[in-house]
Amino acid sequence: MKKVTTTIEAKTKEIIKKYNQDKSSLIAVLQEIQEQYNYLPKDALTTVKEEMEIPASRIYEVATFYDSFSLTPRGEHVIKLCQGTACHVRGAAAILDKLERTLGIKPGETTSDQKFTLETVNCVGACALGPVMVIDGEYHGQVNMAKVDKIIGPLKKGAQLS
Amino acid sequence: MKIIADTKALHQLQKELKEKWDPQKPMVTICAGTGCRGYGCVRVKEALETEIEKQKLNVGVRATGCFGFCEKGPLVVIHPQKIFYQQVKLNDVPDIVAKTVAKGEIIEKLLYRDPNSGERILKEEDVPFYKKQKRLIFGSNGLIDPTRIEDYLAIGGYCALAKALSEMSPEGIIGEIKKAGLRGRGGGGFLAGAKWESCRKAHGSPKYIIANGDEGDPGAYMDRSLMEGNPHSVIEGMIIGAYAIGANEGFIYVRNEYPLAVMHLTLAIASAREAGLLGKNILGSGFSFDISISKGGGAFVCGESSALFASIEGRAGEPRAKYIHAVEKGLWDKPTVLNNVETWANVPLIINKGADWYASIGTEKSKGTKIFSLVGKINNTGLVEVPMGITLREIVYDMGGGIPKGRKFKAVQTGGPSGGCIPESMLDLPVDFDKLYEVGSMMGSGGMIVMDDRSCMVDVAKYFLAFLQDESCGKCVPCREGVRRMRDILEDICAGKGKEGDVELLETMSQAISDGSLCALGGSAPNPVLSTIKYFRQEYDAHIKKKRCPAGVCKALIKYSINPEKCTGCGMCVKVCPTAAASGEKKKPHTIDNETCIRCGACIESCKFDAINVE
Amino acid sequence: MVNLIIDGKKITAQEDTMILEAARAAGIDIPTLCAHESVSRSGACRLCVVKMRKGNRSKIVTSCLYPVEEGIVVETKNERVLNVRRLVLELLLARNPESNVIADLAKKLSVTPQPRFTMDTDKGKCILCRSCVRVCEEVVGVSAIGLSRRGSQKTVGPPYNEESAVCIGCGACAFICPTGHIEMETTEDKRIIWGRTFKMKTCDVCGRYFAPEDQLKYISKITGVPLKELAVCMDCR
Repeated sequence: MKKVTTTIEAKTKEIIKKYNQDKSSLIAVLQEIQEQYNYLPKDALTTVKEEMEIPASRIYEVATFYDSFSLTPRGEHVIKLCQGTACHVRGAAAILDKLERTLGIKPGETTSDQKFTLETVNCVGACALGPVMVIDGEYHGQVNMAKVDKIIGPLKKGAQLS
Repeated sequence: MKIIADTKALHQLQKELKEKWDPQKPMVTICAGTGCRGYGCVRVKEALETEIEKQKLNVGVRATGCFGFCEKGPLVVIHPQKIFYQQVKLNDVPDIVAKTVAKGEIIEKLLYRDPNSGERILKEEDVPFYKKQKRLIFGSNGLIDPTRIEDYLAIGGYCALAKALSEMSPEGIIGEIKKAGLRGRGGGGFLAGAKWESCRKAHGSPKYIIANGDEGDPGAYMDRSLMEGNPHSVIEGMIIGAYAIGANEGFIYVRNEYPLAVMHLTLAIASAREAGLLGKNILGSGFSFDISISKGGGAFVCGESSALFASIEGRAGEPRAKYIHAVEKGLWDKPTVLNNVETWANVPLIINKGADWYASIGTEKSKGTKIFSLVGKINNTGLVEVPMGITLREIVYDMGGGIPKGRKFKAVQTGGPSGGCIPESMLDLPVDFDKLYEVGSMMGSGGMIVMDDRSCMVDVAKYFLAFLQDESCGKCVPCREGVRRMRDILEDICAGKGKEGDVELLETMSQAISDGSLCALGGSAPNPVLSTIKYFRQEYDAHIKKKRCPAGVCKALIKYSINPEKCTGCGMCVKVCPTAAASGEKKKPHTIDNETCIRCGACIESCKFDAINVE
Repeated sequence: MVNLIIDGKKITAQEDTMILEAARAAGIDIPTLCAHESVSRSGACRLCVVKMRKGNRSKIVTSCLYPVEEGIVVETKNERVLNVRRLVLELLLARNPESNVIADLAKKLSVTPQPRFTMDTDKGKCILCRSCVRVCEEVVGVSAIGLSRRGSQKTVGPPYNEESAVCIGCGACAFICPTGHIEMETTEDKRIIWGRTFKMKTCDVCGRYFAPEDQLKYISKITGVPLKELAVCMDCR
């Protein structure tokens, strides 16, 4: 049997206890784990299987079905570009291309230095600000090529300094 | 907040709160919805509070729900005069406080300026965006602090609940909702009263009611603003519905991408419980009911009822065949009523003012008002609440202010990925459930995406299919395999690889995909394709036969060129070009090498002389 | 008992019978891919669609999941229905060009053998009917394999595509798979399935290798029958 890292196991048990081991709260439990570790560590999912008595295959199915979960560690900065219809009509596709060129990664990927993860979101509901880019939970509106450089630039430099 | 023991206590408390509320008292309200937060309204609010304290004025600042006029945020209204300031910046704050708040003096430049007449407009209600609206549901958003139940009570909140519990029977409530003709606001447009009645009659226990706050249609955000801005209106509607149906447990299913809505709903539920409006023996009626919040995991398909149930049950959001309706076997196979958040918010209104009053608004088969999100290529982006039957032209031009940058209207897309595009020739269409179906679209949840002559309709169809391919649950063959093959055909068409017969192939596939899919995601996936083929066939033909994109969007079919008469040789394009396709000598007209150009658009964005053409 | 009409024939069937079974009992064949008697119905392949008219409303429904109702009129070879079946098979031909089962079925239903779509090369013979997942969950009870991801990226297999710790090597999934996509290799003393190697047990009587040890241990655990009593192959019982 593979040994499970104690801190992840303990934290996961704590989260599961909050939901009284209720199987139907699987998604909520996974969301808390995701928030805690910025992804779903394998060890955490093993603990979920044992504590909530849900088969590993079902946990894996849920973890890979929904967009809010990531099975691989995400970067220090998570960049979400809205690809909703209103943003698309206002040129979000060109912004996505620009981000791909600037970061050198495609949506769903993380830069090799673990600094940036690029994701697309199908509408955050801030259409007046379109095209919208959310970085680390902060909303940036009316994004254009110049703004991408202006916002990402300092973050990139910051990454180099540390 | 103490527990409100019964109806009498509720009315007493409301009386006290209303007196304290006093609409004539000076007050500053600022919109604090997600959109305005993106504009920095939180800092503006803090600055207002600081400045007011500094100037020793006895005026409160209230962060309210979404005002709806999202294009012009941050939005500030000064009461009691109802002076409407828009696009308020941090450095406007000292003047606002010193002049308007303290002395009632108007700051002209902060007033909304009508682009047609040039007139500056003083009051919110006179602003063209708001004038033709009928803000029955949304109106309270701009008045109350959504985190305070006291505000909701002060404006008459929970009166409908008291009336329902003390004066009406469950059958009576259902009868009233039926008489009012309330139809679901989530997309299906099903008669709510009939749904409630079937569930009430169904065998099985316990029964559940659910509010669908998933709002997956991209470009639609009415539900977000409602959940953020007036969560109690949804809760009150749900309690009334639960009493009518005979359910003691309810859920609000909220999209994971709406953290502020989750927060405000959580606060609202907690305060309702504290006041005894949720929980056991509500208002002494003997009826008990409570609500939990269930967060989505990030899947558009979970807006579909059976997928939503699966999600609440902790499973992957795969729909199942709905041969047995949810009202008989829904959540955990128990009788369930699922209604959209906006539908629930209509309930207290109907109970308070009566079915006859409600049915006097709207058209023959579509009663009441509907909140639409007007977005895309439109001057006044925002949320509008209008009576059913108003025309698209009035929405797009009178409220929306028409198309920006003087461009030409081309189409308005309604109904999200299940809907269709409506061309200019149909702008006088009265908006209601049935009329929109007749022209090959649907109301959906209320998203209205406006497009201009620079929007390529083939690209729009491709966009929706890509969206649906990404969001398809993957269970059934027609959707999982069919949608991606349709998308491939559209990708080819947009890349200049379209062939004769492609449109016909899309059409024949559409019928089978629509008939064969397990749920409405696949079932309505062909709609955006079919409606764009119907009204914009010439664009498809241009892409396929002439390898041209008339709107100038599809990269493979366009070329960038620099107009030597406008180019000043400033070199900005060279600076931003990622592939060194733009080049030239300083102060001399530049050129673009179309072999290396990837049509990213960076040069167009940076050129201050409008010297770059797209053809 | 319920009375209905299928393809013009008057049929009587027990309540709770699905249209598929009622039709088959009357000699009317409806093609299926994902329905199997051992597991619950999923309605995933859509091949068994029929047109069903109730009163003055008609719908296209999957006959495997639609229970018979009094007075309904069913058509199993209506043009709209046939179009759905043909498109389903054409899409599967493009998805699984290696599958003989699909090719045969397509031929039987007069679907052009050359689909109008580009052939996939990475889907093997899996049509995502999910019979394997259902049998592992409902009959065997270990849920060793499951579905993952969404839409066109959906796949079947053990979590993380790694060896499953709970798989007992019984091969029920390979057996129920309609296209033979699941590879199970049984040599003398070993069985390899889903990337995991299982040690086979010899029969106490005849000495032949007959079942994975893990499978017998599992059966012993859930039935309470001692392992020793299970170590006898079917032929020697």
